[in-house]
Amino acid sequence: MHDHEARLTALGSARWKVAGTLTAAVMLLYFGFIALIAYNRALLARPVGRGLTLGILLGALVIVAAWLLTWVYVRWANAHYDAEVGALNR
Amino acid sequence: MSGAATTRAMLQAVAPGATPVATAIGQPNAIAMGFFFLFIAVTLGITWWAAKRTRTTDDFYAAGRTVTAGQNGFALAGDYMSAASFLGIAGLVSTSGFDGLIYSTGWLVGWPVVLFLIAEPLRNLGRYTFADVVALRLRQTPVRLAAALGTLATVSLYLIAQMVGAGALIKLMFGLSYETSVVIVGLAMLTYVLFGGMIATTWVQIVKAVLLMGGASLLALLVLARFGFNPAALFAAAADKYGSGVLAPGKLVSNPLDAISLGMALMFGTAGLPHILMRFYTVGDARAARTSVFYATGLIGLFYLMTFVLGFGAMVLVGPEVITSVDRGGNMAAPLLAELLGGTPFLGFIAAVAFATILAVVAGLTLSGAAALSHDLWVNVVRRGEASQAEQLRVARGATIGLGVLAIALGITFKGQNVAYMVSLAFAIAASANFPALLLSVFWRRCTTAGAVASMLVGTVVTLVLIGLSPTVQVDILHRAGAPFPLKNPALVTIPLSFLTGIVVSLLAREASAVEGFAGLERRMHLGEAAGD
Repeated sequence: MHDHEARLTALGSARWKVAGTLTAAVMLLYFGFIALIAYNRALLARPVGRGLTLGILLGALVIVAAWLLTWVYVRWANAHYDAEVGALNR
Repeated sequence: MSGAATTRAMLQAVAPGATPVATAIGQPNAIAMGFFFLFIAVTLGITWWAAKRTRTTDDFYAAGRTVTAGQNGFALAGDYMSAASFLGIAGLVSTSGFDGLIYSTGWLVGWPVVLFLIAEPLRNLGRYTFADVVALRLRQTPVRLAAALGTLATVSLYLIAQMVGAGALIKLMFGLSYETSVVIVGLAMLTYVLFGGMIATTWVQIVKAVLLMGGASLLALLVLARFGFNPAALFAAAADKYGSGVLAPGKLVSNPLDAISLGMALMFGTAGLPHILMRFYTVGDARAARTSVFYATGLIGLFYLMTFVLGFGAMVLVGPEVITSVDRGGNMAAPLLAELLGGTPFLGFIAAVAFATILAVVAGLTLSGAAALSHDLWVNVVRRGEASQAEQLRVARGATIGLGVLAIALGITFKGQNVAYMVSLAFAIAASANFPALLLSVFWRRCTTAGAVASMLVGTVVTLVLIGLSPTVQVDILHRAGAPFPLKNPALVTIPLSFLTGIVVSLLAREASAVEGFAGLERRMHLGEAAGD
């Protein structure tokens, strides 16, 4: 029983660590983008190809990266978190 | 976002001396009407089918918890993508270029937060409302009262913005009177929710998401076909025509703190929107809740990426001058683009999609408001949790009628008012009143009833007061020279304040039962309902 409780607490802190890290990552992505818009417009106006500025490229990448972070979380949760939940529920 | 901000401007749409634009927008359009009635017929059919399946409160509030992860992914997207994001962002990009794209990213980044922090705990810990989760190990009455206040404040503000937007947009596109438009939207939404509950609401949202994604994709493909299917060629054409400035940040973000504050409201507000949170109760388990957010984020992300193409497509092919001459707020960019590329039939289809978009959002909002009134206030506060299924359903339906009538009344009352700020205000309240208390109650052992309630009350009240003192109301609405509070959106102040209030008040006095209940909450949060208590 004690082992069960300890494993549950460990699972809780593992989930919190993953969730916290990923939340920090998405905040860094988005607020980093906003900070560039606010403080370094010249950089974002720089062309990276005909018709494409760094700003448009980064804007699209923020959206794609945010979605990829959800994929990272789902991968982790389906593989590790669910396995431990299944073991604890048995 | 823009929305109905410009009702008055629209009346003077064509400036003196300017050439009127040749467009079927605003004239009763047989094809638009055809699509519109088809949509109404299909959704009423769904409602009739759903009504036969709505017998219990689980059916009414949570669609019997039988919605699959894929269906819920579409329904979440349908619940979230409002007319403001479809018409407003496309319009903003078409008239101001890159600056409009800042919103495209902002409206998406709340979704990862919903997934990482909220979706699964909510599914395992609650039944119908987010107050179920906050109240789980705390005292019922104060928590339910405070949570209902936050929910109703969020829902009412969001409803006003949607109803006023609905009246103005439908008037603009179909030529119906503003009041008729508001009443039609109100009655259709009321029919779905009243008879079909969450089952009908879910399917209306799914149909809407499919129509919106389909319409936007087709429009984006038609635009890209003119540029060799290369988005960069489209952007280059925009830069050639209107200068390279349209591809870089302009003057929209003049105050960095304003941008960060709005960003915080969007990022954490999504995780506090009652109608979004309620959707996680409709799926079978936490894994399905998780998967559904992954799908929803993909759909919504793809949609906002398409706004890049639609916005710049409208800028190059239709032209900002034409767009603003039809509607000064730029809201008609996407419909004008559809008319240009696919003629009146495609315009009619896009107009019907915009209408479906509004209906699906207001149905979700009304259902979550009805849940706060009947499940939180009536059943758990007035009746102390002792109410029969029949009584609960009766009260829920009564609350739905009340909210439907209120939505119509508010829509008509706020006719011609600038209500665009109400959407960002609704996000600010959701982020400051609902999200911190939810997070603290789930992840922090020491969180007490007093702490959670203080956090929710401070979040709601301070947000409302600060928005009243902000330039948004003082300068834009009341036309004063300055404002006592400098930020347009108060989230930068109110989110930390709400967390701080919750933490400090919780630390002031221990609540033994709350601490004892935490182990049970943790077990149930991870292992599911069966493991609870």
